[in-house]
Amino acid sequence: MDMQPISGGFADAPRQSALAFRAIIDVMSRPGKLATLQGATPPASLSVAAGTVILTLADANTGIYLAGDLDSPALRQWIAFHTGAPITTADCADLAIGTWADLHPLDRYRTGTVEYPDRAATLIVELGETPAPNASLTGPGIKDRIAAFVPGARPTSFPLGLDLILTAGAQVSALPRSTQVEFA
Amino acid sequence: MTAMDAYNFAYLDEDTKRMIRRALLKAVAIPGYQVPFASREMPMPYGWGTGGVQVTAACLTPDDRLKVIDQGADDTTNAVSIRRFFQRTAGVEVTEETEDATIIQTRHRVPEAPLQEGQIMVFQVPIPEPLRFLEPRETETRRMHALADYGLMQVKLYEDIARHGRIATAYAYPVKVEGRYVMDPSPIPKFDNPKLDDSPALMLFGAGREQRIYALPPYTRVESLDFDDHPFVASKADHACDICGATESYLDEVITDDQGGRIFVCSDTAFCRSRQEDRQ
Repeated sequence: MDMQPISGGFADAPRQSALAFRAIIDVMSRPGKLATLQGATPPASLSVAAGTVILTLADANTGIYLAGDLDSPALRQWIAFHTGAPITTADCADLAIGTWADLHPLDRYRTGTVEYPDRAATLIVELGETPAPNASLTGPGIKDRIAAFVPGARPTSFPLGLDLILTAGAQVSALPRSTQVEFA
Repeated sequence: MTAMDAYNFAYLDEDTKRMIRRALLKAVAIPGYQVPFASREMPMPYGWGTGGVQVTAACLTPDDRLKVIDQGADDTTNAVSIRRFFQRTAGVEVTEETEDATIIQTRHRVPEAPLQEGQIMVFQVPIPEPLRFLEPRETETRRMHALADYGLMQVKLYEDIARHGRIATAYAYPVKVEGRYVMDPSPIPKFDNPKLDDSPALMLFGAGREQRIYALPPYTRVESLDFDDHPFVASKADHACDICGATESYLDEVITDDQGGRIFVCSDTAFCRSRQEDRQ
């Protein structure tokens, strides 16, 4: 039997997920900052950082959308075994994972409502490798401004919008909806 | 079996921590907006910081050094019991020094020592909704936040001026976050409001009974509401600390006898103690 689906989880979930969450909230509260995220060994199609985000945040209450080529039986089984999260369509996903191109069109995802702006999807964007900065960021969490890589324009009309977690190998950064982006 | 083995790390089960963590990330992404969350019963009564404890539990890592203060003091019942709670259930180190702490859970004060990059402040919040005493219906306050309709709050502050000649609100003084959401900074004295603005630390707010979490990322613009002709003033007792002599710290008034005797002392005990040690 193929053992892939049941291997690659956290060995010590309470402590590893605590360390992983601190890295995630650190980058989410400081857009443009890079951090290392480790602990998960997902199937080869997914980065270590993205796999660790899923193990840290996903459970039976979070619908996951797998975009493009990521939607494979191996990854579906791995997510099902370790988190129990249901695989959903893009329009009702809490977490959507894929490359920037595969995640398009972005108007499929929930951006929240004016009364509940928190009911919005979080996109985990797989970058492959960490590209050079191409934009200047300002907003909450940023002292003055910071140069960072932004994969492209995202639909945002604050307080509505999509929050991005950018993953490349074991590296993670984030782009919450509150961040203003100026492309260089 | 020690308490550490008897409980999951940091007391809460992993499902609960994930739910709180997802709420925290949305709170950080929408500064000042109150995210609903499924608050759990904790082994302490509402009003003792159940919201703050749940946020701290969701954020704690084994490497953290925790400081807990109640009205600025490290040695009062609430602070001591919460500190011991996490020593027993998470095995984390604790400290009374603001500079040494990585997470500071607080009831009603921001420490006097400047906060640093990388620190997390966790506030215990009784009533998270700043408009609640003006409008009791949740459906209405939610719509007011959606429309950024905060005229009622300005009217309330104006009525203060009409009645008292000045804005009489001394604590839980409402702030506006990044020009969008009006937020209750929890019942900190308004003396502490300027410390929220452009702070290098991440600030998280947890209201257990009311089931709300909200946040201020570092370097966020936080303005106290006021009027052009009645600007916000961060006031404190016009006195120096009778123990350490500090003139710039927030003071508690302490009754010393039944003859009307009173002294003023720093509310931040760690700050006061370090000043006393410096003088010796």
